[in-house]
Order: sequence, then structure tokens, then C-alpha cells
Amino acid sequence: MKIGLFIPCFIDQIFPEVGVATVKILKKFGLELDYPIEQTCCGQPAFNTGYWKEAKDMAKSFIKIFSKFDYIVSPSGSCVTMVKNFYPEILQGEDLEITEKIFELTQFLVKILKVDSTGAEFEHTVTYHDACHALRELGIREEPRLLLKNVKKLKLLEMENSEDCCGFGGTFSVKFPEISTEMAKDKVNSIINSKAEFVTSTDSSCLMQIGGFIKKKGLNIKTIHIAQILANF
Amino acid sequence: MRYTPLKFKESAIKALKDENLRRNLNRAINHTLSRRAIVVSELSDWENLRQIAHDIKKHTIENLDYYLELFEKNATENGIKVLWARDATEARGYVLDIAKKSNAKLCVKSKSMVTEEIGLREFLEENGIETIETDLGEFIVQLAGEMPSHITAPAMHKSRDEIGKLFAEKLGVEMTKEPEELTAIARKFLREKFLKADIGISGANFLVAETGSIVIVENEGNAGLSTTLPKIHIAITGVEKVIPRLIDLTVFFKILGRSATAQKFTSYVSIINSPRGGKQDSPDEIYVILVDNGRTEMLKSEKLKQALYCIKCGACMLACPIYQRVGGHVYGSIYPGPIGSVLTPAQVGFKEAKTLPFASSLCGRCYEICPVKIEIHHILLWLRHEIVESGFSSKFESLIFKLWLIGMKNIKVYRFISKLLRILSRLGIKPEVKSWSKTRSFPQFAPKSFKEIWEKELNGSNERKRPNI
Repeated sequence: MKIGLFIPCFIDQIFPEVGVATVKILKKFGLELDYPIEQTCCGQPAFNTGYWKEAKDMAKSFIKIFSKFDYIVSPSGSCVTMVKNFYPEILQGEDLEITEKIFELTQFLVKILKVDSTGAEFEHTVTYHDACHALRELGIREEPRLLLKNVKKLKLLEMENSEDCCGFGGTFSVKFPEISTEMAKDKVNSIINSKAEFVTSTDSSCLMQIGGFIKKKGLNIKTIHIAQILANF
Repeated sequence: MRYTPLKFKESAIKALKDENLRRNLNRAINHTLSRRAIVVSELSDWENLRQIAHDIKKHTIENLDYYLELFEKNATENGIKVLWARDATEARGYVLDIAKKSNAKLCVKSKSMVTEEIGLREFLEENGIETIETDLGEFIVQLAGEMPSHITAPAMHKSRDEIGKLFAEKLGVEMTKEPEELTAIARKFLREKFLKADIGISGANFLVAETGSIVIVENEGNAGLSTTLPKIHIAITGVEKVIPRLIDLTVFFKILGRSATAQKFTSYVSIINSPRGGKQDSPDEIYVILVDNGRTEMLKSEKLKQALYCIKCGACMLACPIYQRVGGHVYGSIYPGPIGSVLTPAQVGFKEAKTLPFASSLCGRCYEICPVKIEIHHILLWLRHEIVESGFSSKFESLIFKLWLIGMKNIKVYRFISKLLRILSRLGIKPEVKSWSKTRSFPQFAPKSFKEIWEKELNGSNERKRPNI
């Protein structure tokens, strides 16, 4: 089984530790892993803002780079959604086998590898934020929770409204910063009320929004990508 | 009505600062959504019902001409006069003709979004015909000189305190904020109007093709009175409201009440089949005005067509995190919220409404709650594409994405920029996006990119070289 690792552009540049954690987890399960160095972005920023021609260009080169793998795994529900659900929209009539092969990390672990634990240990209280794309486009709800519950010493504290959007929404966050920030504020309030030390998610983009707000306000909560918790072994 | 969707952002910023509005919205929305969750969970087959409703609507819209003609034939046989209005002007013209012919002075109206869409009340008043909204929420916004802020709860943005003050000021009654007393005041005022009215105007929730029936669901009894007391009843509705069979109502009744007002069933249902014919509680004449006003244009697009499945329950508005925080008025259009951001650009064009499809975080709650499974969030994405393609995006943004593509498509350029930004960052020159940084700290580049870590430390996998996580 040849696995292609897809590390989205902003994780490559801003959160490389998420990629490192993903590698560590996948290697633990003895998988043959490759990271095609020429990869960059899935095209979502352009697609999401209406620039479908540019997105299509990126989609084509993405497919070229990744089609040789049996599975493609990525620590981002949103970027996986772009490939799985939106490539068919912009590449109508083309061969899209790739949509069947790409998975978000936690879904890949639970649904394909059929594991329920990575053997990690994390002695903290953690609350889980359902990222919109992971939840509503990919149907990921139980997978990350199952894996988190099986992390030794970790206590999962569910927040209220865990399924509410954090307000990121790609370019929405800069086109409508006031509304976007109000949404982040309410999300952070839910996190605070959960009394957890850490908020985690399948998506670094949500954590960037939530973390950006937390840091600006100087609040005492930490953001951490789920891969980093699951790789703590 | 004057459409002002281009002012969305400016109005939204104002609305965000309006604590009173936020409180009113929160109370109304939380209340409805929590009750909705209960009445939906009581059904074991909700998802199945959504799918059936979707399929019925889809089938009808695909065969709209057939079902509309069937409705016309059956309604006409029952003695109902069916009129076809291409646009708002034609629809208003029909109503004025009927009013003039019968020398009408007073119209009572029950709730109808299509009459808002065609600006009927203002038009009739300009023509000297007093027109009174009889739905309590609509009555309140009429008194206040405002637009409805939600399609099934028009005065959702107001507290009972504000309504009490409004009644005291406009109707000369004593100030009260007790809901029962406020309702009684409106009831007393409206009852006189019902008895004197020459024409009753209503919308329609459904038109049943096989029987030629007009179906109206409601909670206040005002639609029942508007459609039975006056001698003339005019139902004005969009062409998309037709459904094939009477039995289809068993599906729609289950989903509509739950989605619109969190009820298992609305208090009243009127199924109107024919004028008087010897019956006491029926008008002498019944008209149905079938309004197109841009709807058949939407049929031409595979994407926009879906928006015609809409049964106007307003659930997507309540579920939308944007609407929840800014309310309906800021959309500057008849239909606010997610479905409004689809319908408004389709009806008034991109030039007037290009802002709306972008006013969404695309979270997908609208689709999740929609009882007829309209993929609103995906249609919004498609509209963004159409807007860009039609040249309505800014030159600056187009340039950004051209540069973005150059940077992303060529790995050498990508890596060069990645290095350059790191060097600049070390020199203290850090890129920032102002509209982000004002309220959220801006993410910083990591000292090493993942690519560098992979090449130097991970590839070939040497355990000892692996950095700590």
C-alpha cells in the first residue's frame, strides 16, 4: 500500500509540526510513505473565492503529482474536501479516481486502517472543535473523538456548540473580519466554558482563527492539531 | 422595495454593535432552534422525509410547465380565475384592475413574501386603497415602517417592549409589554378591518395541481379570515409553489411546521378549492396570480434551479451563523440569509447583489437544516465563480490570484518565495493582512518549512534525527 502524504501549503509554511506528527503516526503503522516534494496547494483559496480557472489549474497539477498512490492522506479536512468534493465540480468529465483515494488523517486511521488508538499519551484536558468541512462535507464526527478517547491520560471535555463554525471560512475571514471575529469570540467562549486546557481539531485553519483570537486576547487556552496529540507516543 | 445588498458589510458592522438587536435575535433564534430539535427528533425518519420532499420538488420543478397548466385547468374548472404575471408590474396591475372593477377601498392581507417582492402594499396605498397586514409580525413591521427581517417571523428583531411602545405611539393605546395584551390590541384593531374589507389578499404555501387547490398554513387565523370574509380573495404566489398531488402534503406538512416555527403542525390549514357556490364562508370570487418575476430564468441554470425547491420556511436563516449575528435587514433584500443570498443575485443581478454570495463562511449549516435539501452552500460557491467570471470582482483581487497561481504552480517559485519570506521575517519584516490582524494575531512563518524538515530529517527516516513534537 503506497501512501502519498499531502501537507497543505499553509501547514508546510506555518504549522510544519503538524506534518511531522502526521508522518510519525503513519510510520508507526508501518506504512510505505512518500511525500512528493513538488506539491504545494490543492487550489481551495482560489476556488472558494470564485477563481475557478486558477483552481482548476492547481487541481490538474495536484492530480498529476498524486495519482500514483493507493491512498493520499492529509491532516486537513478542508483540503481533503477540496479534492474529494470540489474537484468533480471544476474538472467535470475528467478521470477523478483521486477522489476515492484521498482521506483526512483521522478518517484514514479509523475507517481504512481500522485502528482505534495510536498509543499516544497526553496528560491534559482537551476539547474538540468540529471543523465544518470535516463534519459536514466528509461526515467526520466519531473518528477523532474515538482516537482522542483512547489517548492515555487524556480527558475529553465536550464543549457546547462544538459544531458551530469558528468563523474562518477562508477569504471570508478577511472580507468580513468583523463578523468572522464575532464568530471566533463565541467559539472561544464555548471553549473557555468547557474548562479544557487545549482545543484541538482536524483542521489547522480553524485553529489558526481560534488561536489568533486567543493570542490577541491573551487568553490561557492552547490550540493543538489532533495529529500532534495522536503522535505523542 | 429598494434593494441595498451592496451595503451588506456596512450595515452588518452596525448591526454587530447593536446589543439590543443581538439580544432579540438570540432569544428568538435559540428558542426556535431548541424547540425545532425536539420536534424533529420525534420523527424517526426525518432524513428520509427530507429526501422525499426534495425528490417531489425536484420532479415538479423539472416538469413545472406541465404541473402549472394542470393546476390552471383544475382550478379554472373549480371556478377560480388563474392569472399569469411575468413580472412585478404585471402582478400589481392585475390586483389594481380587480380592485378598481369592484370599487374596493380596503384590502386585508395575510402573510406573503411574494407580495413583498412585488411591492404590492405600497403600490395599492399609492393608488388610494388602504391595505392592512393582518399577520401579527407583518402588522408590527408595517406600523414601524420597516421590512420583515425574517420570512416567517417578520418582527423577530423586536422585543415585546419595543412592540408595546410602537403600539402606544401608533395606535394610541396604553403602553404594555404583556404578549397577551399586545395580541388583544392587534386583534381588536384588525377585527374591524376584516369585517370592512373589500378584498382579502394572501400568498400560498402550496398549489395542488391534481385538484386545483390553494393551500395556506398559518397560526393566527388571519389567513382564514382574509380568505373568507371579504367578497374577493386574491392569492398571489410564485410559480414554484405548485406540487403534483394532494397526498404530497402529508410530507410537506410534516417538514414545514417543524422547519418554520418548530411546530409539529401549524394551528390552521386552509385548503381552498372554489368560490362560494352556495357556501357561507367563501368569497364570491377567487383569483390566483402566478408570479414569475425571474423564476423561469432560474430554471435555465442547473444550480439556480435548486433554489426553486425552496418552501420558504426560513430555517436556513435561523441556522446561519452570519444571520444569527446580524439579522435580516442588513441583507437589503426581500429574502435574507443563505437562501436570500442565492435568490437575490438571481433576481436583481450581480451588479446589485455581488456582495451576498461572499457573505458566508460556507459552514454548511443551511444545507444541513434545509427540509428540501437545497445545497445552498454549494450554490453560493458557484455564484462566486459566476460573479468573478462576469467581471464583477476587483482588479486587485484578480491580480492577487494570478500571482498566487504563479507561486503555487511552480515549485521553484514557491520555494524561492518561501525562503525570501523567511529571510524577511528574520529581519523583522513580516507580512500582515490588516483586516485579519486587527482582531486576531497574524500567523507567523515557522523557522523551517515542512519541506525542509522532510528533506533534511524525515526522508529515509532516521529515528534519532526526528525532531521533538
